[in-house]
Amino acid sequence: MSVLAILEQRPSPDGRPEWNRMSFETLAAAQQMAAELNTLASAAVAGQDIETLAWDLAGRRLAAVYAVEHDLLRQYTADGYATALRQLIERVGPEIVLFPHTYQVRDFLPKLATAMGRVAVSDAVSHRIDGGEVVLVRQLFQGKVNVDVRFAGGPPHFASLQAGAYRAGRMAAGEAAVEKFVPRLSAADIRTRPLERFRENGHDVDLTAAEIVVSVGRGVREAGNIPVVEELARALGAELAASRPICDAGWLPSARQVGSSGQTVAPKLYVAVGISGAIQHLVGMKGSRTVVAINKDPNAPIFEVADYGVVGDLFEVVPELTAAIGKLK
Amino acid sequence: MGSRGPRVRISMKIVVAIKQVPARDSQLRIDATGRWIEESDLAYEVNEPDAYALEAALRLKEEHGGEAIALSAGPARVSQAIREALAKGADRAIHIEEDLGALDPLAAARLLAAAVKTEAPDLVLTGLQSDDLGYGQTGVILAELLGLPHATIVMQVELRNGGIRVKRELESGWFQHVEMPLPALLTVQSGISKLRYATLMGIKKARSKEVKRLKAADLGVTLESASVRLDRAYAPVRSKHAQLIAGEPREAAERLVEKLRFEARVL
Repeated sequence: MSVLAILEQRPSPDGRPEWNRMSFETLAAAQQMAAELNTLASAAVAGQDIETLAWDLAGRRLAAVYAVEHDLLRQYTADGYATALRQLIERVGPEIVLFPHTYQVRDFLPKLATAMGRVAVSDAVSHRIDGGEVVLVRQLFQGKVNVDVRFAGGPPHFASLQAGAYRAGRMAAGEAAVEKFVPRLSAADIRTRPLERFRENGHDVDLTAAEIVVSVGRGVREAGNIPVVEELARALGAELAASRPICDAGWLPSARQVGSSGQTVAPKLYVAVGISGAIQHLVGMKGSRTVVAINKDPNAPIFEVADYGVVGDLFEVVPELTAAIGKLK
Repeated sequence: MGSRGPRVRISMKIVVAIKQVPARDSQLRIDATGRWIEESDLAYEVNEPDAYALEAALRLKEEHGGEAIALSAGPARVSQAIREALAKGADRAIHIEEDLGALDPLAAARLLAAAVKTEAPDLVLTGLQSDDLGYGQTGVILAELLGLPHATIVMQVELRNGGIRVKRELESGWFQHVEMPLPALLTVQSGISKLRYATLMGIKKARSKEVKRLKAADLGVTLESASVRLDRAYAPVRSKHAQLIAGEPREAAERLVEKLRFEARVL
Protein backbone atom coordinates (compact mmCIF):
# COMPACT_ATOMS: atom_id res chain seq x y z
CA MET A 1 0.00 0.00 0.00
CA SER A 2 2.03 2.93 -1.25
CA VAL A 3 1.66 6.52 -0.13
CA LEU A 4 2.29 9.56 -2.33
CA ALA A 5 2.60 13.06 -0.86
CA ILE A 6 1.82 15.89 -3.28
CA LEU A 7 3.75 18.90 -2.05
CA GLU A 8 3.29 22.57 -2.83
CA GLN A 9 5.63 25.25 -4.09
CA ARG A 10 4.90 28.87 -4.86
CA PRO A 11 6.88 31.79 -6.25
CA SER A 12 9.01 33.53 -3.62
CA PRO A 13 9.30 37.34 -3.68
CA ASP A 14 12.33 37.01 -5.99
CA GLY A 15 10.34 34.83 -8.40
CA ARG A 16 12.08 31.52 -7.70
CA PRO A 17 9.93 28.66 -6.46
CA GLU A 18 9.93 28.02 -2.72
CA TRP A 19 8.21 25.42 -0.55
CA ASN A 20 4.92 26.08 1.14
CA ARG A 21 5.98 25.00 4.64
CA MET A 22 2.83 22.93 5.10
CA SER A 23 4.35 20.57 2.51
CA PHE A 24 6.77 19.22 5.11
CA GLU A 25 3.94 18.37 7.48
CA THR A 26 2.36 16.32 4.69
CA LEU A 27 5.68 14.68 3.91
CA ALA A 28 6.15 13.70 7.56
CA ALA A 29 2.57 12.35 7.67
CA ALA A 30 3.16 10.32 4.48
CA GLN A 31 6.36 8.83 5.91
CA GLN A 32 4.62 7.99 9.17
CA MET A 33 1.63 6.41 7.42
CA ALA A 34 3.90 4.49 5.05
CA ALA A 35 5.97 3.13 7.96
CA GLU A 36 2.79 1.97 9.71
CA LEU A 37 1.72 0.20 6.50
CA ASN A 38 5.19 -1.34 6.00
CA THR A 39 5.90 0.55 2.81
CA LEU A 40 7.75 3.64 1.63
CA ALA A 41 6.32 7.03 0.82
CA SER A 42 7.01 8.99 -2.35
CA ALA A 43 6.70 12.72 -2.93
CA ALA A 44 5.83 14.90 -5.89
CA VAL A 45 5.86 18.59 -6.65
CA ALA A 46 4.46 20.29 -9.76
CA GLY A 47 5.56 23.46 -11.55
CA GLN A 48 8.26 24.56 -13.97
CA ASP A 49 11.99 24.89 -13.15
CA ILE A 50 11.42 23.06 -9.89
CA GLU A 51 13.99 20.29 -10.22
CA THR A 52 16.37 22.09 -7.84
CA LEU A 53 13.54 22.32 -5.33
CA ALA A 54 12.80 18.61 -5.75
CA TRP A 55 16.45 17.84 -4.97
CA ASP A 56 15.85 19.32 -1.48
CA LEU A 57 14.04 16.05 -0.78
CA ALA A 58 16.83 13.74 -1.96
CA GLY A 59 17.97 13.38 1.65
CA ARG A 60 14.62 12.17 2.92
CA ARG A 61 13.42 8.60 3.41
CA LEU A 62 11.34 8.29 0.24
CA ALA A 63 11.01 5.72 -2.53
CA ALA A 64 11.07 8.49 -5.15
CA VAL A 65 10.67 12.21 -5.63
CA TYR A 66 8.79 13.27 -8.77
CA ALA A 67 9.37 16.69 -10.27
CA VAL A 68 6.26 17.21 -12.40
CA GLU A 69 7.44 19.80 -14.87
CA HIS A 70 5.76 21.56 -17.78
CA ASP A 71 5.81 25.10 -19.07
CA LEU A 72 2.01 25.17 -18.66
CA LEU A 73 2.50 24.50 -14.93
CA ARG A 74 4.67 27.61 -14.47
CA GLN A 75 1.61 29.39 -13.15
CA TYR A 76 -0.86 27.48 -11.02
CA THR A 77 -4.21 26.66 -12.62
CA ALA A 78 -6.70 24.05 -11.42
CA ASP A 79 -7.01 22.68 -14.96
CA GLY A 80 -3.24 22.30 -15.40
CA TYR A 81 -2.58 20.81 -11.97
CA ALA A 82 -5.51 18.39 -12.00
CA THR A 83 -4.61 17.11 -15.47
CA ALA A 84 -0.88 16.75 -14.74
CA LEU A 85 -1.31 15.12 -11.33
CA ARG A 86 -3.88 12.68 -12.64
CA GLN A 87 -1.31 11.48 -15.20
CA LEU A 88 1.33 11.14 -12.47
CA ILE A 89 -1.04 9.22 -10.18
CA GLU A 90 -1.99 6.87 -13.03
CA ARG A 91 1.71 6.29 -13.75
CA VAL A 92 2.85 5.79 -10.13
CA GLY A 93 -0.29 3.98 -8.93
CA PRO A 94 -0.29 4.96 -5.23
CA GLU A 95 -3.04 3.71 -2.97
CA ILE A 96 -3.06 6.79 -0.76
CA VAL A 97 -2.39 10.32 -1.98
CA LEU A 98 -1.89 13.01 0.68
CA PHE A 99 -1.98 16.78 0.25
CA PRO A 100 -1.51 19.75 2.58
CA HIS A 101 -4.93 21.42 3.04
CA THR A 102 -3.84 24.71 1.48
CA TYR A 103 -5.98 27.20 -0.46
CA GLN A 104 -4.41 25.87 -3.67
CA VAL A 105 -5.22 22.26 -2.82
CA ARG A 106 -8.78 23.29 -1.98
CA ASP A 107 -8.94 24.75 -5.50
CA PHE A 108 -7.87 21.66 -7.46
CA LEU A 109 -8.10 18.52 -5.30
CA PRO A 110 -11.92 18.14 -5.50
CA LYS A 111 -11.64 18.43 -9.30
CA LEU A 112 -8.85 15.86 -9.49
CA ALA A 113 -10.66 13.42 -7.19
CA THR A 114 -13.96 13.83 -9.05
CA ALA A 115 -12.25 13.29 -12.41
CA MET A 116 -10.97 9.99 -10.99
CA GLY A 117 -14.38 9.09 -9.51
CA ARG A 118 -13.30 9.54 -5.90
CA VAL A 119 -14.08 11.79 -2.93
CA ALA A 120 -11.14 13.36 -1.13
CA VAL A 121 -11.27 13.37 2.66
CA SER A 122 -10.40 17.02 3.11
CA ASP A 123 -8.95 18.77 6.16
CA ALA A 124 -8.17 15.59 8.15
CA VAL A 125 -6.60 16.17 11.58
CA SER A 126 -5.18 12.72 12.35
CA HIS A 127 -5.19 9.11 11.30
CA ARG A 128 -4.76 5.60 12.65
CA ILE A 129 -4.42 2.21 11.04
CA ASP A 130 -7.20 -0.21 11.91
CA GLY A 131 -7.27 -3.72 10.42
CA GLY A 132 -4.80 -2.66 7.74
CA GLU A 133 -7.06 0.24 6.72
CA VAL A 134 -6.46 3.94 7.19
CA VAL A 135 -9.01 5.68 9.41
CA LEU A 136 -8.98 9.47 9.15
CA VAL A 137 -10.38 11.91 11.70
CA ARG A 138 -12.24 15.00 10.49
CA GLN A 139 -13.85 17.84 12.40
CA LEU A 140 -17.46 18.71 11.66
CA PHE A 141 -19.63 21.63 12.73
CA GLN A 142 -16.61 23.88 13.17
CA GLY A 143 -14.87 21.56 15.59
CA LYS A 144 -17.86 20.60 17.75
CA VAL A 145 -18.04 17.01 16.46
CA ASN A 146 -15.33 14.63 15.24
CA VAL A 147 -15.91 11.79 12.81
CA ASP A 148 -13.86 8.74 11.86
CA VAL A 149 -13.99 8.08 8.13
CA ARG A 150 -12.66 5.26 5.97
CA PHE A 151 -12.17 5.04 2.27
CA ALA A 152 -14.58 2.78 0.45
CA GLY A 153 -14.05 1.44 -3.04
CA GLY A 154 -10.73 1.00 -4.77
CA PRO A 155 -7.61 3.16 -4.74
CA PRO A 156 -6.36 5.81 -5.20
CA HIS A 157 -7.65 7.33 -1.96
CA PHE A 158 -7.21 11.07 -1.49
CA ALA A 159 -6.88 13.10 1.71
CA SER A 160 -5.73 16.60 2.62
CA LEU A 161 -4.27 17.37 6.04
CA GLN A 162 -5.09 20.34 8.25
CA ALA A 163 -2.29 22.83 8.92
CA GLY A 164 -0.47 21.91 12.11
CA ALA A 165 -2.03 18.44 12.34
CA TYR A 166 1.36 16.77 11.74
CA ARG A 167 4.81 17.92 12.80
CA ALA A 168 7.20 18.79 9.99
CA GLY A 169 10.11 18.14 12.38
CA ARG A 170 9.40 14.41 12.26
CA MET A 171 10.55 13.98 8.65
CA ALA A 172 12.75 10.89 8.41
CA ALA A 173 16.16 11.10 6.71
CA GLY A 174 17.29 8.69 3.99
CA GLU A 175 18.00 8.65 0.29
CA ALA A 176 15.59 9.29 -2.54
CA ALA A 177 15.94 9.28 -6.31
CA VAL A 178 14.65 12.40 -8.05
CA GLU A 179 12.74 11.70 -11.24
CA LYS A 180 11.38 14.19 -13.74
CA PHE A 181 7.83 13.57 -14.96
CA VAL A 182 6.61 15.52 -17.98
CA PRO A 183 2.81 15.41 -18.30
CA ARG A 184 0.99 15.77 -21.62
CA LEU A 185 -0.62 19.18 -21.46
CA SER A 186 -1.83 21.54 -24.13
CA ALA A 187 -2.81 25.19 -23.80
CA ALA A 188 -6.38 24.24 -24.74
CA ASP A 189 -6.65 22.19 -21.50
CA ILE A 190 -6.38 25.36 -19.45
CA ARG A 191 -9.52 27.47 -19.42
CA THR A 192 -8.60 30.04 -16.78
CA ARG A 193 -6.01 32.78 -17.19
CA PRO A 194 -4.24 33.66 -13.93
CA LEU A 195 -2.81 37.20 -13.74
CA GLU A 196 -0.08 38.53 -11.45
CA ARG A 197 -0.33 37.78 -7.73
CA PHE A 198 -0.54 40.95 -5.65
CA ARG A 199 -0.83 42.27 -2.14
CA GLU A 200 -2.94 45.16 -0.98
CA ASN A 201 -1.87 47.99 1.28
CA GLY A 202 -1.19 46.62 4.72
CA HIS A 203 -1.36 43.06 3.40
CA ASP A 204 2.38 42.57 3.43
CA VAL A 205 2.57 40.41 6.52
CA ASP A 206 3.51 36.73 6.41
CA LEU A 207 2.62 35.50 9.87
CA THR A 208 3.33 31.92 8.85
CA ALA A 209 7.07 32.56 8.79
CA ALA A 210 7.19 33.92 12.37
CA GLU A 211 8.73 31.78 15.12
CA ILE A 212 6.79 33.64 17.80
CA VAL A 213 3.33 35.15 17.39
CA VAL A 214 1.60 37.38 19.95
CA SER A 215 -2.10 37.60 19.20
CA VAL A 216 -4.66 39.99 20.63
CA GLY A 217 -8.44 39.56 20.96
CA ARG A 218 -11.58 41.30 22.16
CA GLY A 219 -10.25 41.41 25.73
CA VAL A 220 -8.12 44.43 24.79
CA ARG A 221 -11.39 46.42 24.77
CA GLU A 222 -10.32 49.36 22.57
CA ALA A 223 -7.89 50.32 19.84
CA GLY A 224 -5.94 52.61 22.17
CA ASN A 225 -4.91 49.58 24.26
CA ILE A 226 -3.24 47.67 21.42
CA PRO A 227 0.24 49.11 22.25
CA VAL A 228 0.20 47.17 25.55
CA VAL A 229 0.23 43.94 23.55
CA GLU A 230 2.44 45.37 20.80
CA GLU A 231 5.18 45.99 23.39
CA LEU A 232 5.07 42.35 24.45
CA ALA A 233 5.43 41.32 20.79
CA ARG A 234 8.41 43.64 20.39
CA ALA A 235 10.10 42.28 23.54
CA LEU A 236 9.68 38.72 22.21
CA GLY A 237 10.75 39.59 18.66
CA ALA A 238 7.32 38.32 17.65
CA GLU A 239 4.82 39.17 14.92
CA LEU A 240 1.68 40.85 16.22
CA ALA A 241 -1.53 39.10 15.19
CA ALA A 242 -5.21 39.31 16.09
CA SER A 243 -8.51 37.47 16.17
CA ARG A 244 -11.21 38.42 13.67
CA PRO A 245 -13.17 40.97 15.79
CA ILE A 246 -10.03 43.13 16.14
CA CYS A 247 -9.51 43.21 12.35
CA ASP A 248 -13.22 43.66 11.57
CA ALA A 249 -13.16 46.70 13.88
CA GLY A 250 -10.17 48.03 11.93
CA TRP A 251 -7.88 48.13 14.99
CA LEU A 252 -5.29 46.03 13.13
CA PRO A 253 -5.09 45.27 9.39
CA SER A 254 -6.79 42.06 8.28
CA ALA A 255 -3.41 40.82 7.07
CA ARG A 256 -2.67 40.17 10.76
CA GLN A 257 -5.74 38.03 11.30
CA VAL A 258 -5.26 34.44 12.48
CA GLY A 259 -8.06 31.93 12.04
CA SER A 260 -10.25 30.24 9.48
CA SER A 261 -10.71 33.48 7.54
CA GLY A 262 -7.17 34.71 8.15
CA GLN A 263 -3.80 33.04 8.24
CA THR A 264 -2.99 29.64 9.68
CA VAL A 265 0.11 29.71 11.83
CA ALA A 266 2.10 27.06 13.64
CA PRO A 267 4.91 28.95 15.36
CA LYS A 268 7.20 27.72 18.11
CA LEU A 269 5.38 29.99 20.58
CA TYR A 270 1.89 31.50 20.33
CA VAL A 271 0.76 33.93 23.00
CA ALA A 272 -3.01 34.57 22.98
CA VAL A 273 -3.90 37.73 24.86
CA GLY A 274 -7.56 38.41 25.64
CA ILE A 275 -8.72 35.82 23.10
CA SER A 276 -11.60 33.58 24.18
CA GLY A 277 -10.79 30.91 21.59
CA ALA A 278 -13.72 30.54 19.20
CA ILE A 279 -13.17 27.57 16.89
CA GLN A 280 -12.65 29.94 13.93
CA HIS A 281 -9.61 31.27 15.74
CA LEU A 282 -8.37 27.92 17.08
CA VAL A 283 -8.14 26.30 13.64
CA GLY A 284 -5.66 28.99 12.70
CA MET A 285 -3.25 28.47 15.61
CA LYS A 286 -3.73 25.16 17.35
CA GLY A 287 -0.80 23.60 15.52
CA SER A 288 1.54 25.94 17.43
CA ARG A 289 4.16 24.09 19.44
CA THR A 290 3.62 25.96 22.68
CA VAL A 291 0.53 28.02 23.39
CA VAL A 292 0.25 30.57 26.20
CA ALA A 293 -3.16 32.03 27.02
CA ILE A 294 -3.77 35.12 29.11
CA ASN A 295 -7.46 35.65 29.81
CA LYS A 296 -9.61 36.78 32.70
CA ASP A 297 -12.24 34.06 32.11
CA PRO A 298 -10.98 30.71 33.45
CA ASN A 299 -13.62 28.91 31.32
CA ALA A 300 -12.49 30.44 28.01
CA PRO A 301 -12.00 27.67 25.41
CA ILE A 302 -8.53 29.04 24.60
CA PHE A 303 -7.32 27.30 27.78
CA GLU A 304 -8.32 23.98 26.23
CA VAL A 305 -5.59 24.31 23.61
CA ALA A 306 -3.09 26.16 25.80
CA ASP A 307 0.00 24.64 27.39
CA TYR A 308 0.34 27.48 29.89
CA GLY A 309 -2.40 29.74 31.13
CA VAL A 310 -2.52 32.86 33.25
CA VAL A 311 -6.01 33.70 34.48
CA GLY A 312 -5.98 37.41 35.10
CA ASP A 313 -6.39 40.95 33.84
CA LEU A 314 -4.30 41.32 30.71
CA PHE A 315 -3.61 44.98 31.54
CA GLU A 316 -1.83 43.81 34.71
CA VAL A 317 -0.24 40.59 33.42
CA VAL A 318 1.03 41.67 29.98
CA PRO A 319 3.23 44.64 31.12
CA GLU A 320 4.79 42.37 33.79
CA LEU A 321 5.44 39.71 31.17
CA THR A 322 7.02 42.31 28.85
CA ALA A 323 9.26 43.42 31.72
CA ALA A 324 10.22 39.84 32.66
CA ILE A 325 11.21 39.09 29.06
CA GLY A 326 13.15 42.35 28.86
CA LYS A 327 15.29 41.11 31.76
CA LEU A 328 16.45 38.11 29.73
CA LYS A 329 18.20 40.24 27.14
CA MET B 1 -3.62 43.48 -16.47
CA GLY B 2 -6.18 42.51 -19.07
CA SER B 3 -7.68 44.92 -21.56
CA ARG B 4 -10.73 46.82 -20.44
CA GLY B 5 -13.62 45.66 -22.53
CA PRO B 6 -17.11 47.03 -22.46
CA ARG B 7 -19.14 45.75 -19.53
CA VAL B 8 -22.01 44.52 -21.60
CA ARG B 9 -23.80 41.26 -21.25
CA ILE B 10 -27.50 41.28 -21.18
CA SER B 11 -29.43 38.94 -19.03
CA MET B 12 -27.04 36.92 -16.87
CA LYS B 13 -28.62 33.73 -15.65
CA ILE B 14 -27.15 32.85 -12.26
CA VAL B 15 -27.79 29.77 -10.16
CA VAL B 16 -26.73 30.11 -6.52
CA ALA B 17 -26.47 26.92 -4.48
CA ILE B 18 -27.25 27.43 -0.80
CA LYS B 19 -27.20 25.01 2.11
CA GLN B 20 -29.07 25.12 5.36
CA VAL B 21 -26.91 24.24 8.38
CA PRO B 22 -27.45 24.10 12.17
CA ALA B 23 -27.31 27.60 13.71
CA ARG B 24 -23.85 28.64 14.82
CA ASP B 25 -24.51 28.50 18.59
CA SER B 26 -26.24 25.08 18.50
CA GLN B 27 -25.54 22.57 21.23
CA LEU B 28 -25.00 19.35 19.29
CA ARG B 29 -25.66 15.81 20.47
CA ILE B 30 -24.70 12.58 18.75
CA ASP B 31 -27.75 10.59 17.64
CA ALA B 32 -28.66 6.96 18.41
CA THR B 33 -26.86 5.62 15.31
CA GLY B 34 -23.57 7.10 16.60
CA ARG B 35 -22.88 8.28 13.08
CA TRP B 36 -24.64 11.65 12.95
CA ILE B 37 -26.08 14.38 15.14
CA GLU B 38 -29.54 14.56 16.68
CA GLU B 39 -31.33 16.91 14.30
CA SER B 40 -34.83 17.01 15.77
CA ASP B 41 -34.37 19.87 18.22
CA LEU B 42 -32.00 22.08 16.23
CA ALA B 43 -32.48 25.57 14.82
CA TYR B 44 -31.16 26.03 11.27
CA GLU B 45 -29.84 28.94 9.25
CA VAL B 46 -28.36 29.61 5.82
CA ASN B 47 -24.69 28.57 5.69
CA GLU B 48 -22.82 31.88 6.07
CA PRO B 49 -20.58 31.64 2.97
CA ASP B 50 -23.68 30.74 0.91
CA ALA B 51 -25.41 33.90 2.16
CA TYR B 52 -22.49 35.85 0.64
CA ALA B 53 -22.77 33.85 -2.59
CA LEU B 54 -26.46 34.82 -2.77
CA GLU B 55 -25.56 38.46 -2.11
CA ALA B 56 -22.97 38.35 -4.94
CA ALA B 57 -25.57 36.80 -7.28
CA LEU B 58 -28.15 39.48 -6.45
CA ARG B 59 -25.62 42.29 -6.99
CA LEU B 60 -24.53 40.89 -10.35
CA LYS B 61 -28.13 40.55 -11.43
CA GLU B 62 -28.92 44.10 -10.34
CA GLU B 63 -25.90 45.48 -12.16
CA HIS B 64 -26.22 43.56 -15.39
CA GLY B 65 -29.78 42.36 -15.55
CA GLY B 66 -30.89 38.76 -15.67
CA GLU B 67 -32.15 36.15 -13.31
CA ALA B 68 -30.96 34.68 -9.98
CA ILE B 69 -32.17 31.19 -9.15
CA ALA B 70 -31.70 29.77 -5.64
CA LEU B 71 -30.95 26.05 -5.51
CA SER B 72 -30.97 24.03 -2.30
CA ALA B 73 -30.99 20.35 -1.42
CA GLY B 74 -32.30 19.14 1.92
CA PRO B 75 -35.45 18.06 3.78
CA ALA B 76 -38.67 20.10 4.13
CA ARG B 77 -37.07 22.53 6.63
CA VAL B 78 -34.95 23.90 3.79
CA SER B 79 -37.99 25.77 2.44
CA GLN B 80 -37.22 28.37 5.15
CA ALA B 81 -33.79 29.04 3.59
CA ILE B 82 -35.38 29.18 0.14
CA ARG B 83 -38.06 31.64 1.29
CA GLU B 84 -35.29 33.82 2.72
CA ALA B 85 -33.42 33.81 -0.61
CA LEU B 86 -36.59 34.66 -2.52
CA ALA B 87 -37.44 37.44 -0.06
CA LYS B 88 -33.98 38.93 -0.53
CA GLY B 89 -34.46 39.05 -4.28
CA ALA B 90 -33.89 35.66 -5.94
CA ASP B 91 -36.37 35.31 -8.82
CA ARG B 92 -37.26 31.68 -8.32
CA ALA B 93 -35.96 28.55 -6.62
CA ILE B 94 -35.35 24.84 -6.94
CA HIS B 95 -35.69 22.65 -3.87
CA ILE B 96 -34.31 19.13 -4.13
CA GLU B 97 -36.23 17.52 -1.31
CA GLU B 98 -33.91 14.86 0.05
CA ASP B 99 -32.30 14.36 3.44
CA LEU B 100 -28.58 14.70 2.81
CA GLY B 101 -27.32 14.11 6.38
CA ALA B 102 -23.69 13.03 6.19
CA LEU B 103 -23.81 12.33 2.45
CA ASP B 104 -20.39 12.97 0.91
CA PRO B 105 -19.87 16.06 -1.25
CA LEU B 106 -19.69 14.11 -4.53
CA ALA B 107 -23.12 12.62 -3.92
CA ALA B 108 -24.53 16.04 -2.97
CA ALA B 109 -22.90 17.68 -5.99
CA ARG B 110 -24.37 15.05 -8.33
CA LEU B 111 -27.84 16.07 -7.18
CA LEU B 112 -27.07 19.77 -7.62
CA ALA B 113 -25.39 19.21 -11.00
CA ALA B 114 -28.45 17.44 -12.38
CA ALA B 115 -30.63 20.39 -11.38
CA VAL B 116 -28.17 23.02 -12.69
CA LYS B 117 -27.98 21.25 -16.05
CA THR B 118 -31.69 21.78 -16.66
CA GLU B 119 -31.14 25.55 -16.24
CA ALA B 120 -27.94 25.97 -18.31
CA PRO B 121 -26.92 29.16 -16.44
CA ASP B 122 -24.10 31.60 -17.31
CA LEU B 123 -22.76 31.51 -13.78
CA VAL B 124 -23.04 29.15 -10.80
CA LEU B 125 -22.18 30.56 -7.36
CA THR B 126 -21.88 28.91 -3.98
CA GLY B 127 -20.12 29.50 -0.65
CA LEU B 128 -16.53 28.32 -0.28
CA GLN B 129 -17.48 25.75 2.38
CA SER B 130 -20.28 24.64 4.65
CA ASP B 131 -20.24 25.23 8.38
CA ASP B 132 -21.56 21.69 9.01
CA LEU B 133 -19.53 19.09 7.08
CA GLY B 134 -16.81 21.57 6.15
CA TYR B 135 -15.46 19.57 3.21
CA GLY B 136 -15.09 22.78 1.18
CA GLN B 137 -15.48 20.76 -2.01
CA THR B 138 -19.06 20.88 -3.28
CA GLY B 139 -18.50 23.90 -5.55
CA VAL B 140 -15.39 22.56 -7.27
CA ILE B 141 -16.90 19.08 -7.67
CA LEU B 142 -20.00 20.68 -9.18
CA ALA B 143 -17.79 22.57 -11.67
CA GLU B 144 -16.07 19.33 -12.68
CA LEU B 145 -19.38 17.47 -13.07
CA LEU B 146 -20.74 20.32 -15.20
CA GLY B 147 -17.52 20.66 -17.21
CA LEU B 148 -17.13 24.32 -16.17
CA PRO B 149 -13.99 26.33 -15.35
CA HIS B 150 -13.99 27.54 -11.75
CA ALA B 151 -12.32 29.77 -9.20
CA THR B 152 -12.45 29.38 -5.41
CA ILE B 153 -12.35 31.83 -2.50
CA VAL B 154 -13.57 34.66 -4.71
CA MET B 155 -13.75 38.20 -3.34
CA GLN B 156 -14.91 40.15 -6.44
CA VAL B 157 -16.49 39.39 -9.80
CA GLU B 158 -16.43 41.64 -12.88
CA LEU B 159 -17.80 40.93 -16.33
CA ARG B 160 -15.18 41.42 -19.02
CA ASN B 161 -15.28 40.79 -22.77
CA GLY B 162 -18.07 38.29 -22.45
CA GLY B 163 -16.19 36.43 -19.71
CA ILE B 164 -15.40 37.23 -16.10
CA ARG B 165 -12.45 38.47 -14.12
CA VAL B 166 -12.43 37.50 -10.45
CA LYS B 167 -10.27 38.41 -7.50
CA ARG B 168 -9.19 35.32 -5.58
CA GLU B 169 -7.81 35.23 -2.08
CA LEU B 170 -4.56 33.28 -1.81
CA GLU B 171 -2.72 32.51 1.41
CA SER B 172 -0.69 34.89 3.55
CA GLY B 173 -2.32 38.11 2.36
CA TRP B 174 -1.82 37.49 -1.38
CA PHE B 175 -4.51 37.93 -4.01
CA GLN B 176 -4.76 37.14 -7.68
CA HIS B 177 -7.00 38.13 -10.55
CA VAL B 178 -8.10 35.24 -12.76
CA GLU B 179 -9.97 35.53 -16.04
CA MET B 180 -12.19 32.86 -17.51
CA PRO B 181 -14.95 32.42 -20.05
CA LEU B 182 -18.60 31.90 -19.15
CA PRO B 183 -20.30 29.71 -18.17
CA ALA B 184 -18.23 29.25 -15.01
CA LEU B 185 -18.55 28.36 -11.34
CA LEU B 186 -17.27 30.44 -8.43
CA THR B 187 -17.05 29.72 -4.71
CA VAL B 188 -17.47 32.91 -2.72
CA GLN B 189 -15.55 34.02 0.38
CA SER B 190 -17.45 35.22 3.48
CA GLY B 191 -17.46 38.87 4.47
CA ILE B 192 -16.84 40.31 0.97
CA SER B 193 -19.89 42.58 1.02
CA LYS B 194 -22.64 43.69 3.35
CA LEU B 195 -25.51 41.21 3.42
CA ARG B 196 -28.92 42.70 2.73
CA TYR B 197 -31.98 42.04 4.85
CA ALA B 198 -35.25 40.96 3.31
CA THR B 199 -37.66 43.90 3.13
CA LEU B 200 -41.35 43.57 3.98
CA MET B 201 -42.09 44.05 0.30
CA GLY B 202 -39.56 41.33 -0.54
CA ILE B 203 -41.17 38.92 1.90
CA LYS B 204 -44.58 39.65 0.38
CA LYS B 205 -43.33 39.16 -3.17
CA ALA B 206 -41.57 35.92 -2.26
CA ARG B 207 -44.92 34.22 -1.66
CA SER B 208 -45.80 34.36 -5.33
CA LYS B 209 -42.39 33.26 -6.64
CA GLU B 210 -41.95 29.84 -8.20
CA VAL B 211 -40.35 27.04 -6.17
CA LYS B 212 -39.76 23.88 -8.17
CA ARG B 213 -39.70 20.83 -5.89
CA LEU B 214 -37.83 17.76 -7.09
CA LYS B 215 -36.71 14.41 -5.71
CA ALA B 216 -33.41 12.71 -6.53
CA ALA B 217 -35.34 10.20 -8.65
CA ASP B 218 -36.80 13.04 -10.76
CA LEU B 219 -33.21 14.02 -11.55
CA GLY B 220 -32.15 10.44 -12.24
CA VAL B 221 -29.65 10.48 -9.36
CA THR B 222 -29.19 7.80 -6.68
CA LEU B 223 -28.11 8.95 -3.23
CA GLU B 224 -25.04 7.09 -2.08
CA SER B 225 -21.66 7.87 -0.62
CA ALA B 226 -19.58 5.44 -2.60
CA SER B 227 -16.01 6.35 -1.78
CA VAL B 228 -16.05 7.54 1.81
CA ARG B 229 -17.58 5.71 4.75
CA LEU B 230 -18.40 7.46 8.01
CA ASP B 231 -17.66 5.07 10.88
CA ARG B 232 -18.48 7.06 13.97
CA ALA B 233 -19.28 10.59 15.18
CA TYR B 234 -18.22 11.68 18.66
CA ALA B 235 -17.40 14.68 20.82
CA PRO B 236 -13.75 15.69 20.39
CA VAL B 237 -11.39 14.77 23.20
CA ARG B 238 -9.25 17.63 24.42
CA SER B 239 -5.65 16.56 24.19
CA LYS B 240 -4.00 19.35 26.16
CA HIS B 241 -4.40 20.40 29.76
CA ALA B 242 -3.07 23.86 30.38
CA GLN B 243 -0.80 24.40 33.36
CA LEU B 244 -2.44 27.36 35.05
CA ILE B 245 0.05 29.73 36.58
CA ALA B 246 -1.34 31.44 39.64
CA GLY B 247 -0.08 34.34 41.72
CA GLU B 248 0.23 38.10 41.56
CA PRO B 249 0.79 39.44 38.03
CA ARG B 250 4.54 39.99 38.45
CA GLU B 251 5.10 36.63 40.10
CA ALA B 252 2.96 34.84 37.48
CA ALA B 253 4.80 36.59 34.63
CA GLU B 254 8.19 35.58 36.00
CA ARG B 255 7.12 31.97 36.57
CA LEU B 256 5.71 31.85 33.04
CA VAL B 257 8.98 33.12 31.54
CA GLU B 258 10.88 30.47 33.50
CA LYS B 259 8.54 27.72 32.24
CA LEU B 260 8.91 28.95 28.66
CA ARG B 261 12.71 28.96 28.97
CA PHE B 262 13.45 25.75 30.83
CA GLU B 263 10.37 23.55 30.36
CA ALA B 264 9.00 24.41 26.89
CA ARG B 265 12.41 25.76 25.79
CA VAL B 266 10.92 28.25 23.37
CA LEU B 267 12.71 31.37 24.65
